[in-house]
Amino acid sequence: MKVLVPVKRVIDYNVKVRVKPDQTGVDLANVKMSMNPFDEISVEEAVRMKEAGTATEVVIVSIGPQQAQETIRTALAMGGDRGILIKTDETVEPLAVAKLLAKVVEEEKPDLVLLGKQAIDDDSNQTGQMLAALLDWPQGTFAYKLEKDGDALTVTREVDGGLQTLKLSTPAIVTVDLRLNEPRYASLPNIMKAKKKPIDEKAPGDYGVDIAPRLSVVKVTEPPVREAGEKVEDVATLVSKLKAAGAI
Amino acid sequence: MAVLVIAEHDNASLNDATHKVVTAAAKFGGDVDVLVAGEGAGDVAAAAGKISGVRKVLHADGASVAKQVAEAMEALVVPLMDGYDAVFIPATTMGKNISPRIAAKLDVMQLSDITDVIDTDTFERPIYAGNAILTVKSSDAKKVITVRGTAFDAAGEDGSASVESVDAPAGPFKSEFVSEQMVKSDRPELAGAKRVVSGGRALGSKEEFDRLIVPLADKLEAAVGASRAAVDAGYAPNDYQVGQTGKIVAPELYVAIGISGAIQHLAGMKDSKIIVAINKDEEAPIFQVADYGLVADLFNAVPELTEAL
Repeated sequence: MKVLVPVKRVIDYNVKVRVKPDQTGVDLANVKMSMNPFDEISVEEAVRMKEAGTATEVVIVSIGPQQAQETIRTALAMGGDRGILIKTDETVEPLAVAKLLAKVVEEEKPDLVLLGKQAIDDDSNQTGQMLAALLDWPQGTFAYKLEKDGDALTVTREVDGGLQTLKLSTPAIVTVDLRLNEPRYASLPNIMKAKKKPIDEKAPGDYGVDIAPRLSVVKVTEPPVREAGEKVEDVATLVSKLKAAGAI
Repeated sequence: MAVLVIAEHDNASLNDATHKVVTAAAKFGGDVDVLVAGEGAGDVAAAAGKISGVRKVLHADGASVAKQVAEAMEALVVPLMDGYDAVFIPATTMGKNISPRIAAKLDVMQLSDITDVIDTDTFERPIYAGNAILTVKSSDAKKVITVRGTAFDAAGEDGSASVESVDAPAGPFKSEFVSEQMVKSDRPELAGAKRVVSGGRALGSKEEFDRLIVPLADKLEAAVGASRAAVDAGYAPNDYQVGQTGKIVAPELYVAIGISGAIQHLAGMKDSKIIVAINKDEEAPIFQVADYGLVADLFNAVPELTEAL
Protein backbone atom coordinates (compact mmCIF):
# COMPACT_ATOMS: atom_id res chain seq x y z
CA MET A 1 0.00 0.00 0.00
CA LYS A 2 1.01 3.58 -0.58
CA VAL A 3 1.42 5.67 2.56
CA LEU A 4 1.23 9.46 2.87
CA VAL A 5 2.85 10.99 5.96
CA PRO A 6 2.23 14.68 6.75
CA VAL A 7 4.92 16.25 8.96
CA LYS A 8 4.98 19.58 10.78
CA ARG A 9 7.92 21.77 11.68
CA VAL A 10 7.51 22.92 15.27
CA ILE A 11 9.52 24.44 18.08
CA ASP A 12 11.84 21.73 19.44
CA TYR A 13 10.50 19.55 22.23
CA ASN A 14 13.27 20.63 24.61
CA VAL A 15 13.05 24.38 24.09
CA LYS A 16 11.57 26.44 26.89
CA VAL A 17 8.79 28.46 25.26
CA ARG A 18 8.77 32.21 25.92
CA VAL A 19 5.75 34.42 25.47
CA LYS A 20 6.47 37.67 23.64
CA PRO A 21 6.17 40.80 25.80
CA ASP A 22 3.60 42.30 23.40
CA GLN A 23 1.37 39.21 23.93
CA THR A 24 1.03 38.47 20.20
CA GLY A 25 2.47 34.99 20.40
CA VAL A 26 5.52 33.05 21.50
CA ASP A 27 9.05 33.96 20.53
CA LEU A 28 10.18 31.84 17.60
CA ALA A 29 13.21 33.96 16.61
CA ASN A 30 16.47 31.98 16.78
CA VAL A 31 14.71 29.05 18.42
CA LYS A 32 15.58 25.47 17.49
CA MET A 33 12.88 23.92 15.31
CA SER A 34 12.37 20.19 14.74
CA MET A 35 9.89 17.69 13.40
CA ASN A 36 6.83 17.33 15.62
CA PRO A 37 7.68 14.29 17.81
CA PHE A 38 4.40 12.52 17.00
CA ASP A 39 5.16 12.91 13.28
CA GLU A 40 8.51 11.19 13.79
CA ILE A 41 6.55 8.22 15.08
CA SER A 42 4.29 8.22 12.01
CA VAL A 43 7.30 8.45 9.65
CA GLU A 44 8.95 5.58 11.53
CA GLU A 45 5.81 3.43 11.27
CA ALA A 46 5.49 4.07 7.54
CA VAL A 47 9.17 3.23 6.98
CA ARG A 48 8.80 0.03 9.00
CA MET A 49 5.81 -0.92 6.86
CA LYS A 50 7.94 -0.40 3.80
CA GLU A 51 10.76 -2.49 5.26
CA ALA A 52 8.25 -5.23 6.08
CA GLY A 53 6.94 -5.17 2.53
CA THR A 54 3.44 -3.90 3.42
CA ALA A 55 4.05 -0.38 2.11
CA THR A 56 5.23 0.23 -1.44
CA GLU A 57 5.95 3.94 -1.26
CA VAL A 58 6.19 6.50 1.54
CA VAL A 59 5.41 10.08 0.51
CA ILE A 60 6.18 12.90 2.97
CA VAL A 61 4.22 16.15 2.85
CA SER A 62 4.67 19.34 4.85
CA ILE A 63 2.87 22.67 4.83
CA GLY A 64 4.91 25.63 6.00
CA PRO A 65 7.73 28.03 5.25
CA GLN A 66 10.75 27.21 3.08
CA GLN A 67 12.52 25.77 6.14
CA ALA A 68 9.87 23.04 6.36
CA GLN A 69 11.91 21.47 3.57
CA GLU A 70 14.48 20.52 6.24
CA THR A 71 11.75 18.68 8.11
CA ILE A 72 10.87 16.79 4.94
CA ARG A 73 14.58 15.98 4.44
CA THR A 74 14.71 14.54 7.95
CA ALA A 75 11.78 12.27 7.12
CA LEU A 76 13.42 11.28 3.84
CA ALA A 77 16.62 10.46 5.73
CA MET A 78 14.57 8.17 7.99
CA GLY A 79 13.41 6.29 4.90
CA GLY A 80 10.70 8.28 3.10
CA ASP A 81 10.81 8.07 -0.70
CA ARG A 82 9.94 11.59 -1.82
CA GLY A 83 8.50 14.81 -0.53
CA ILE A 84 5.93 17.50 -1.22
CA LEU A 85 6.33 20.96 0.29
CA ILE A 86 3.29 23.20 0.22
CA LYS A 87 5.03 26.47 0.83
CA THR A 88 3.40 29.29 2.77
CA ASP A 89 4.47 31.79 5.39
CA GLU A 90 0.90 32.17 6.62
CA THR A 91 -0.50 30.46 9.70
CA VAL A 92 -2.42 27.46 8.44
CA GLU A 93 -5.05 26.19 10.87
CA PRO A 94 -5.84 22.46 11.19
CA LEU A 95 -9.04 22.78 9.10
CA ALA A 96 -7.12 24.38 6.22
CA VAL A 97 -4.30 21.83 6.61
CA ALA A 98 -6.89 19.05 6.34
CA LYS A 99 -8.37 20.67 3.20
CA LEU A 100 -4.93 20.91 1.58
CA LEU A 101 -4.12 17.32 2.55
CA ALA A 102 -7.45 16.17 1.09
CA LYS A 103 -6.32 17.64 -2.25
CA VAL A 104 -2.93 15.94 -1.97
CA VAL A 105 -4.76 12.67 -1.27
CA GLU A 106 -6.85 13.17 -4.44
CA GLU A 107 -3.65 13.48 -6.46
CA GLU A 108 -1.52 10.87 -4.74
CA LYS A 109 -4.24 8.31 -3.97
CA PRO A 110 -2.59 6.76 -0.90
CA ASP A 111 -4.18 3.76 0.86
CA LEU A 112 -3.18 5.10 4.24
CA VAL A 113 -2.46 8.54 5.67
CA LEU A 114 -0.42 8.28 8.88
CA LEU A 115 -0.35 11.43 11.04
CA GLY A 116 0.85 12.39 14.49
CA LYS A 117 -2.08 12.66 16.89
CA GLN A 118 -1.24 16.25 17.73
CA ALA A 119 1.39 18.90 17.16
CA ILE A 120 3.19 20.04 20.29
CA ASP A 121 2.88 23.73 19.39
CA ASP A 122 -0.86 24.40 19.25
CA ASP A 123 -1.82 21.05 20.88
CA SER A 124 -4.97 20.96 18.74
CA ASN A 125 -5.27 17.23 18.00
CA GLN A 126 -7.58 17.81 15.00
CA THR A 127 -5.95 17.40 11.59
CA GLY A 128 -6.21 13.62 11.13
CA GLN A 129 -9.83 13.44 12.20
CA MET A 130 -10.74 16.44 10.01
CA LEU A 131 -9.04 14.86 7.02
CA ALA A 132 -10.96 11.63 7.64
CA ALA A 133 -14.22 13.58 7.68
CA LEU A 134 -13.44 15.52 4.49
CA LEU A 135 -12.57 12.30 2.65
CA ASP A 136 -15.30 10.22 4.29
CA TRP A 137 -12.64 7.71 5.29
CA PRO A 138 -12.56 5.62 8.47
CA GLN A 139 -10.21 6.76 11.22
CA GLY A 140 -8.15 5.07 13.89
CA THR A 141 -6.80 7.75 16.23
CA PHE A 142 -4.16 7.48 18.98
CA ALA A 143 -2.71 4.24 17.57
CA TYR A 144 -0.81 1.98 19.94
CA LYS A 145 -0.49 -0.86 17.45
CA LEU A 146 -1.15 -1.03 13.71
CA GLU A 147 -1.42 -4.21 11.66
CA LYS A 148 -2.38 -4.92 8.08
CA ASP A 149 -5.10 -7.51 7.84
CA GLY A 150 -5.73 -8.36 4.19
CA ASP A 151 -7.16 -5.21 2.66
CA ALA A 152 -8.09 -3.87 6.07
CA LEU A 153 -6.13 -2.36 8.97
CA THR A 154 -6.41 -3.39 12.59
CA VAL A 155 -5.71 -0.44 14.87
CA THR A 156 -5.36 -0.72 18.62
CA ARG A 157 -5.99 2.69 20.17
CA GLU A 158 -5.00 4.28 23.47
CA VAL A 159 -8.28 5.34 25.08
CA ASP A 160 -9.30 6.44 28.57
CA GLY A 161 -9.44 3.30 30.66
CA GLY A 162 -7.35 1.06 28.41
CA LEU A 163 -7.09 0.00 24.80
CA GLN A 164 -9.68 -0.28 22.04
CA THR A 165 -9.24 -2.21 18.78
CA LEU A 166 -10.94 -1.18 15.53
CA LYS A 167 -10.90 -2.70 12.09
CA LEU A 168 -10.75 -0.11 9.31
CA SER A 169 -11.38 -0.68 5.63
CA THR A 170 -8.81 1.05 3.41
CA PRO A 171 -8.16 3.74 2.40
CA ALA A 172 -7.96 4.98 5.97
CA ILE A 173 -6.57 7.61 8.32
CA VAL A 174 -4.49 6.61 11.32
CA THR A 175 -3.09 9.02 13.91
CA VAL A 176 -0.29 7.76 16.10
CA ASP A 177 0.31 7.88 19.84
CA LEU A 178 3.57 7.77 21.75
CA ARG A 179 3.98 4.06 22.21
CA LEU A 180 3.50 2.84 18.64
CA ASN A 181 7.24 2.68 18.07
CA GLU A 182 10.53 4.36 18.88
CA PRO A 183 11.69 6.47 15.93
CA ARG A 184 15.17 5.82 14.57
CA TYR A 185 17.96 8.31 14.15
CA ALA A 186 18.89 8.74 10.50
CA SER A 187 22.35 7.44 9.68
CA LEU A 188 24.87 9.71 7.95
CA PRO A 189 24.74 7.74 4.65
CA ASN A 190 20.95 7.98 4.71
CA ILE A 191 21.12 11.73 5.40
CA MET A 192 23.39 12.08 2.36
CA LYS A 193 21.08 9.91 0.27
CA ALA A 194 18.06 11.98 1.34
CA LYS A 195 19.61 15.07 -0.22
CA LYS A 196 19.06 13.50 -3.62
CA LYS A 197 15.48 12.46 -3.06
CA PRO A 198 12.95 14.63 -4.92
CA ILE A 199 10.83 17.26 -3.18
CA ASP A 200 8.02 18.84 -5.17
CA GLU A 201 7.31 22.45 -4.29
CA LYS A 202 3.73 23.69 -4.36
CA ALA A 203 1.69 26.59 -3.03
CA PRO A 204 -1.73 26.51 -1.34
CA GLY A 205 -3.09 28.32 -4.42
CA ASP A 206 -2.15 25.35 -6.61
CA TYR A 207 -4.82 23.36 -4.82
CA GLY A 208 -7.49 26.05 -4.88
CA VAL A 209 -7.94 25.87 -1.14
CA ASP A 210 -8.92 28.90 0.93
CA ILE A 211 -6.54 28.90 3.90
CA ALA A 212 -7.78 32.15 5.45
CA PRO A 213 -7.81 31.68 9.23
CA ARG A 214 -11.09 31.36 11.11
CA LEU A 215 -9.51 32.18 14.43
CA SER A 216 -7.75 35.32 15.52
CA VAL A 217 -5.35 35.67 18.41
CA VAL A 218 -6.60 38.11 21.02
CA LYS A 219 -3.53 37.61 23.20
CA VAL A 220 -1.01 35.07 24.35
CA THR A 221 -0.01 35.27 28.00
CA GLU A 222 2.20 33.46 30.48
CA PRO A 223 0.38 30.90 32.58
CA PRO A 224 0.06 31.76 36.27
CA VAL A 225 3.32 30.85 37.96
CA ARG A 226 3.11 28.31 40.69
CA GLU A 227 5.42 29.20 43.54
CA ALA A 228 7.62 26.53 45.02
CA GLY A 229 6.53 25.69 48.55
CA GLU A 230 8.73 24.37 51.29
CA LYS A 231 11.10 21.48 51.71
CA VAL A 232 10.20 19.24 54.62
CA GLU A 233 12.74 17.40 56.76
CA ASP A 234 11.19 13.99 56.99
CA VAL A 235 8.07 11.91 56.51
CA ALA A 236 6.64 12.79 59.93
CA THR A 237 6.85 16.51 59.14
CA LEU A 238 5.26 15.92 55.75
CA VAL A 239 2.34 14.07 57.34
CA SER A 240 1.77 16.78 59.93
CA LYS A 241 1.92 19.53 57.29
CA LEU A 242 -0.59 17.68 55.12
CA LYS A 243 -2.89 17.21 58.09
CA ALA A 244 -2.62 20.89 58.98
CA ALA A 245 -3.47 21.81 55.38
CA GLY A 246 -6.50 19.52 55.48
CA ALA A 247 -5.17 17.47 52.58
CA ILE A 248 -5.38 14.17 54.47
CA MET B 1 -29.32 30.29 21.54
CA ALA B 2 -28.77 26.60 22.27
CA VAL B 3 -25.77 24.40 23.04
CA LEU B 4 -25.48 20.66 22.62
CA VAL B 5 -23.28 18.79 25.12
CA ILE B 6 -22.11 15.28 24.29
CA ALA B 7 -22.12 13.02 27.33
CA GLU B 8 -19.13 10.92 28.36
CA HIS B 9 -20.24 7.52 29.68
CA ASP B 10 -19.69 3.78 29.41
CA ASN B 11 -23.37 2.84 28.83
CA ALA B 12 -23.72 2.05 32.55
CA SER B 13 -22.87 5.31 34.29
CA LEU B 14 -22.51 8.95 33.40
CA ASN B 15 -18.96 10.30 33.71
CA ASP B 16 -18.45 13.42 35.80
CA ALA B 17 -16.64 15.02 32.81
CA THR B 18 -20.14 15.63 31.41
CA HIS B 19 -21.14 17.75 34.41
CA LYS B 20 -18.05 19.91 33.90
CA VAL B 21 -18.81 20.44 30.22
CA VAL B 22 -22.36 21.47 31.16
CA THR B 23 -20.83 24.19 33.38
CA ALA B 24 -18.73 25.44 30.44
CA ALA B 25 -21.77 25.32 28.13
CA ALA B 26 -23.85 27.28 30.64
CA LYS B 27 -21.15 29.95 30.69
CA PHE B 28 -21.45 30.15 26.88
CA GLY B 29 -25.17 30.74 27.42
CA GLY B 30 -28.53 29.68 26.04
CA ASP B 31 -30.35 26.39 26.45
CA VAL B 32 -28.17 23.39 27.22
CA ASP B 33 -29.18 19.96 25.91
CA VAL B 34 -27.21 16.77 26.53
CA LEU B 35 -26.82 14.02 23.95
CA VAL B 36 -26.39 10.50 25.31
CA ALA B 37 -25.34 8.16 22.52
CA GLY B 38 -24.96 4.53 23.49
CA GLU B 39 -26.51 1.12 23.66
CA GLY B 40 -28.75 0.27 26.58
CA ALA B 41 -27.72 3.52 28.23
CA GLY B 42 -31.16 4.44 29.58
CA ASP B 43 -29.81 4.93 33.09
CA VAL B 44 -27.17 7.29 31.74
CA ALA B 45 -29.83 9.34 29.95
CA ALA B 46 -31.86 9.54 33.16
CA ALA B 47 -28.76 10.64 35.08
CA ALA B 48 -28.02 13.30 32.45
CA GLY B 49 -31.53 14.68 32.99
CA LYS B 50 -30.65 15.37 36.62
CA ILE B 51 -27.71 17.65 35.80
CA SER B 52 -28.58 21.19 36.90
CA GLY B 53 -29.42 23.59 34.11
CA VAL B 54 -30.08 21.00 31.40
CA ARG B 55 -33.14 21.71 29.20
CA LYS B 56 -33.54 18.25 27.72
CA VAL B 57 -31.66 15.03 27.07
CA LEU B 58 -31.43 13.54 23.59
CA HIS B 59 -31.01 9.78 23.82
CA ALA B 60 -29.74 7.83 20.79
CA ASP B 61 -29.85 4.12 21.45
CA GLY B 62 -28.29 1.62 19.05
CA ALA B 63 -25.43 -0.74 18.34
CA SER B 64 -23.78 1.74 15.95
CA VAL B 65 -23.10 4.19 18.76
CA ALA B 66 -22.46 1.64 21.53
CA LYS B 67 -18.73 2.43 21.49
CA GLN B 68 -19.11 5.96 20.10
CA VAL B 69 -17.06 5.16 17.01
CA ALA B 70 -16.19 8.41 15.23
CA GLU B 71 -18.02 7.88 11.94
CA ALA B 72 -21.27 6.92 13.64
CA MET B 73 -21.02 9.87 16.02
CA GLU B 74 -20.43 12.19 13.07
CA ALA B 75 -23.52 10.81 11.33
CA LEU B 76 -25.54 11.32 14.51
CA VAL B 77 -24.34 14.75 15.59
CA VAL B 78 -23.90 16.70 12.32
CA PRO B 79 -27.63 16.72 11.39
CA LEU B 80 -28.56 17.66 14.99
CA MET B 81 -26.39 20.76 14.73
CA ASP B 82 -29.04 22.51 12.60
CA GLY B 83 -30.73 23.27 15.90
CA TYR B 84 -27.67 24.41 17.86
CA ASP B 85 -25.19 27.27 17.93
CA ALA B 86 -22.44 25.26 19.54
CA VAL B 87 -21.45 21.76 20.53
CA PHE B 88 -19.40 21.30 23.71
CA ILE B 89 -17.59 18.00 24.05
CA PRO B 90 -15.39 16.71 26.88
CA ALA B 91 -11.67 16.64 25.97
CA THR B 92 -11.51 12.94 26.76
CA THR B 93 -10.20 10.41 24.25
CA MET B 94 -13.82 9.95 23.11
CA GLY B 95 -14.28 13.68 22.63
CA LYS B 96 -10.91 14.29 20.98
CA ASN B 97 -11.63 11.48 18.56
CA ILE B 98 -15.04 12.64 17.37
CA SER B 99 -15.11 16.43 17.64
CA PRO B 100 -12.76 17.40 14.76
CA ARG B 101 -14.73 15.06 12.53
CA ILE B 102 -17.91 16.96 13.37
CA ALA B 103 -16.14 20.33 12.97
CA ALA B 104 -14.79 19.50 9.50
CA LYS B 105 -18.24 18.39 8.32
CA LEU B 106 -19.68 21.68 9.54
CA ASP B 107 -16.72 23.59 8.00
CA VAL B 108 -15.85 25.00 11.41
CA MET B 109 -12.39 25.45 12.92
CA GLN B 110 -12.59 23.65 16.25
CA LEU B 111 -11.37 25.10 19.54
CA SER B 112 -9.61 22.35 21.48
CA ASP B 113 -9.30 21.91 25.21
CA ILE B 114 -10.71 25.26 26.30
CA THR B 115 -10.14 26.37 29.89
CA ASP B 116 -12.44 29.39 29.89
CA VAL B 117 -15.35 30.96 28.00
CA ILE B 118 -14.85 34.74 27.68
CA ASP B 119 -17.86 35.41 25.43
CA THR B 120 -19.71 33.52 22.70
CA ASP B 121 -16.81 34.04 20.25
CA THR B 122 -13.83 34.19 22.58
CA PHE B 123 -12.21 31.38 24.53
CA GLU B 124 -9.07 30.63 26.46
CA ARG B 125 -6.95 27.54 25.89
CA PRO B 126 -3.46 26.39 26.77
CA ILE B 127 -0.86 25.94 24.01
CA TYR B 128 2.72 24.66 24.06
CA ALA B 129 1.95 22.16 26.81
CA GLY B 130 0.44 24.85 28.97
CA ASN B 131 3.52 27.10 28.74
CA ALA B 132 1.39 29.80 27.15
CA ILE B 133 -2.28 30.67 27.40
CA LEU B 134 -4.02 31.67 24.18
CA THR B 135 -7.09 33.87 24.13
CA VAL B 136 -8.66 33.27 20.75
CA LYS B 137 -11.66 34.60 18.87
CA SER B 138 -13.57 32.49 16.39
CA SER B 139 -15.31 33.93 13.33
CA ASP B 140 -17.26 30.73 12.61
CA ALA B 141 -21.04 30.98 13.01
CA LYS B 142 -21.24 27.69 14.89
CA LYS B 143 -18.72 26.62 17.49
CA VAL B 144 -17.24 23.17 17.97
CA ILE B 145 -15.43 23.01 21.28
CA THR B 146 -13.70 20.47 23.47
CA VAL B 147 -13.54 21.30 27.15
CA ARG B 148 -10.75 20.62 29.60
CA GLY B 149 -12.59 19.15 32.58
CA THR B 150 -10.15 20.31 35.23
CA ALA B 151 -10.87 23.95 34.36
CA PHE B 152 -14.58 23.85 35.23
CA ASP B 153 -16.51 22.82 38.33
CA ALA B 154 -19.02 20.01 37.92
CA ALA B 155 -22.64 21.18 37.56
CA GLY B 156 -24.96 20.04 40.35
CA GLU B 157 -27.70 17.44 40.13
CA ASP B 158 -30.97 19.14 40.96
CA GLY B 159 -32.38 19.13 37.43
CA SER B 160 -35.34 17.22 36.04
CA ALA B 161 -35.00 17.44 32.26
CA SER B 162 -37.06 15.21 30.03
CA VAL B 163 -35.47 12.54 27.86
CA GLU B 164 -36.29 12.55 24.17
CA SER B 165 -35.34 9.74 21.77
CA VAL B 166 -33.38 10.40 18.61
CA ASP B 167 -32.52 7.75 16.03
CA ALA B 168 -29.09 6.18 16.13
CA PRO B 169 -27.51 6.10 12.67
CA ALA B 170 -28.00 2.84 10.84
CA GLY B 171 -24.60 2.22 9.30
CA PRO B 172 -22.74 0.18 8.21
CA PHE B 173 -19.60 2.23 8.64
CA LYS B 174 -16.10 1.79 7.27
CA SER B 175 -14.71 1.16 10.74
CA GLU B 176 -15.83 -1.57 13.01
CA PHE B 177 -15.35 -2.10 16.75
CA VAL B 178 -13.42 -5.30 17.40
CA SER B 179 -12.57 -5.43 21.09
CA GLU B 180 -11.39 -3.51 24.09
CA GLN B 181 -9.11 -4.21 27.00
CA MET B 182 -10.08 -2.00 29.89
CA VAL B 183 -7.99 -1.80 33.02
CA LYS B 184 -10.25 -3.02 35.80
CA SER B 185 -9.91 -1.07 38.97
CA ASP B 186 -11.89 -0.17 42.06
CA ARG B 187 -9.95 3.03 42.35
CA PRO B 188 -11.27 6.47 41.51
CA GLU B 189 -10.84 7.37 37.86
CA LEU B 190 -7.62 9.29 37.27
CA ALA B 191 -9.04 12.33 35.43
CA GLY B 192 -11.65 13.10 38.09
CA ALA B 193 -9.93 11.82 41.26
CA LYS B 194 -9.65 13.97 44.39
CA ARG B 195 -6.24 12.48 45.17
CA VAL B 196 -3.61 11.09 42.83
CA VAL B 197 -0.39 9.22 43.61
CA SER B 198 1.97 9.12 40.62
CA GLY B 199 5.19 7.21 40.18
CA GLY B 200 8.14 7.88 37.91
CA ARG B 201 11.12 6.17 36.43
CA ALA B 202 13.06 6.23 39.70
CA LEU B 203 10.93 3.32 40.90
CA GLY B 204 13.02 1.15 38.60
CA SER B 205 10.56 -1.66 37.85
CA LYS B 206 6.90 -2.61 37.61
CA GLU B 207 7.33 -4.72 40.77
CA GLU B 208 8.56 -1.73 42.76
CA PHE B 209 5.83 0.49 41.26
CA ASP B 210 3.19 -1.98 42.43
CA ARG B 211 4.87 -2.56 45.79
CA LEU B 212 5.30 1.12 46.70
CA ILE B 213 2.79 3.25 44.79
CA VAL B 214 -0.27 1.04 45.02
CA PRO B 215 -0.41 0.67 48.86
CA LEU B 216 0.08 4.42 49.29
CA ALA B 217 -2.73 5.07 46.82
CA ASP B 218 -4.89 2.56 48.70
CA LYS B 219 -4.27 4.35 51.99
CA LEU B 220 -5.13 7.72 50.45
CA GLU B 221 -8.05 6.32 48.42
CA ALA B 222 -6.28 7.87 45.48
CA ALA B 223 -6.08 7.16 41.77
CA VAL B 224 -2.73 5.98 40.45
CA GLY B 225 -0.85 7.94 37.82
CA ALA B 226 2.57 7.73 36.21
CA SER B 227 5.07 9.79 34.29
CA ARG B 228 5.63 9.11 30.63
CA ALA B 229 9.03 7.59 31.45
CA ALA B 230 7.41 5.09 33.83
CA VAL B 231 4.74 4.17 31.27
CA ASP B 232 7.27 3.82 28.46
CA ALA B 233 9.37 1.56 30.69
CA GLY B 234 6.31 -0.64 31.27
CA TYR B 235 5.91 0.07 35.00
CA ALA B 236 2.31 1.22 34.52
CA PRO B 237 -0.39 0.96 31.84
CA ASN B 238 -0.71 3.63 29.13
CA ASP B 239 -3.79 5.28 30.48
CA TYR B 240 -2.02 6.09 33.76
CA GLN B 241 0.11 8.68 31.99
CA VAL B 242 -0.26 12.19 33.36
CA GLY B 243 0.99 14.99 31.14
CA GLN B 244 0.65 17.07 28.02
CA THR B 245 -0.39 14.16 25.84
CA GLY B 246 -1.82 11.93 28.55
CA LYS B 247 -4.33 12.76 31.26
CA ILE B 248 -4.71 16.27 32.60
CA VAL B 249 -5.46 16.12 36.31
CA ALA B 250 -6.14 18.71 38.99
CA PRO B 251 -6.85 16.83 42.20
CA GLU B 252 -6.93 18.24 45.75
CA LEU B 253 -3.73 16.32 46.46
CA TYR B 254 -1.11 15.15 43.96
CA VAL B 255 1.78 13.06 45.24
CA ALA B 256 4.68 12.75 42.77
CA ILE B 257 7.10 9.98 43.65
CA GLY B 258 10.40 9.59 41.84
CA ILE B 259 9.22 11.98 39.11
CA SER B 260 11.75 14.58 38.00
CA GLY B 261 9.10 16.93 36.58
CA ALA B 262 9.66 17.38 32.85
CA ILE B 263 7.55 20.27 31.47
CA GLN B 264 5.37 17.74 29.67
CA HIS B 265 4.52 16.11 33.00
CA LEU B 266 4.01 19.42 34.80
CA ALA B 267 1.56 20.40 32.04
CA GLY B 268 -0.67 17.56 33.20
CA MET B 269 -0.73 18.23 36.94
CA LYS B 270 0.38 21.74 37.86
CA ASP B 271 -3.18 22.91 38.53
CA SER B 272 -3.46 20.44 41.41
CA LYS B 273 -4.38 22.12 44.70
CA ILE B 274 -1.60 20.63 46.83
CA ILE B 275 1.45 19.00 45.28
CA VAL B 276 3.79 16.76 47.24
CA ALA B 277 7.07 15.61 45.69
CA ILE B 278 9.39 12.91 46.96
CA ASN B 279 12.64 12.68 45.05
CA LYS B 280 16.24 12.14 46.03
CA ASP B 281 17.50 14.74 43.55
CA GLU B 282 17.01 18.08 45.25
CA GLU B 283 17.51 19.87 41.92
CA ALA B 284 14.56 18.04 40.30
CA PRO B 285 12.20 20.55 38.59
CA ILE B 286 9.21 18.95 40.33
CA PHE B 287 10.27 20.79 43.52
CA GLN B 288 9.67 24.12 41.77
CA VAL B 289 5.94 23.42 41.74
CA ALA B 290 5.64 21.33 44.90
CA ASP B 291 3.97 22.74 48.00
CA TYR B 292 5.78 20.17 50.11
CA GLY B 293 9.00 18.65 48.87
CA LEU B 294 10.82 15.82 50.57
CA VAL B 295 14.36 15.15 49.39
CA ALA B 296 14.72 11.49 50.26
CA ASP B 297 15.24 8.00 48.93
CA LEU B 298 11.75 6.98 47.88
CA PHE B 299 12.40 3.34 48.75
CA ASN B 300 12.59 4.36 52.42
CA ALA B 301 10.27 7.35 52.44
CA VAL B 302 7.26 5.86 50.65
CA PRO B 303 6.78 2.83 52.93
CA GLU B 304 7.26 5.13 55.92
CA LEU B 305 4.62 7.51 54.55
CA THR B 306 2.18 4.67 53.83
CA GLU B 307 2.73 3.40 57.37
CA ALA B 308 2.22 6.85 58.92
CA LEU B 309 -1.17 7.45 57.26
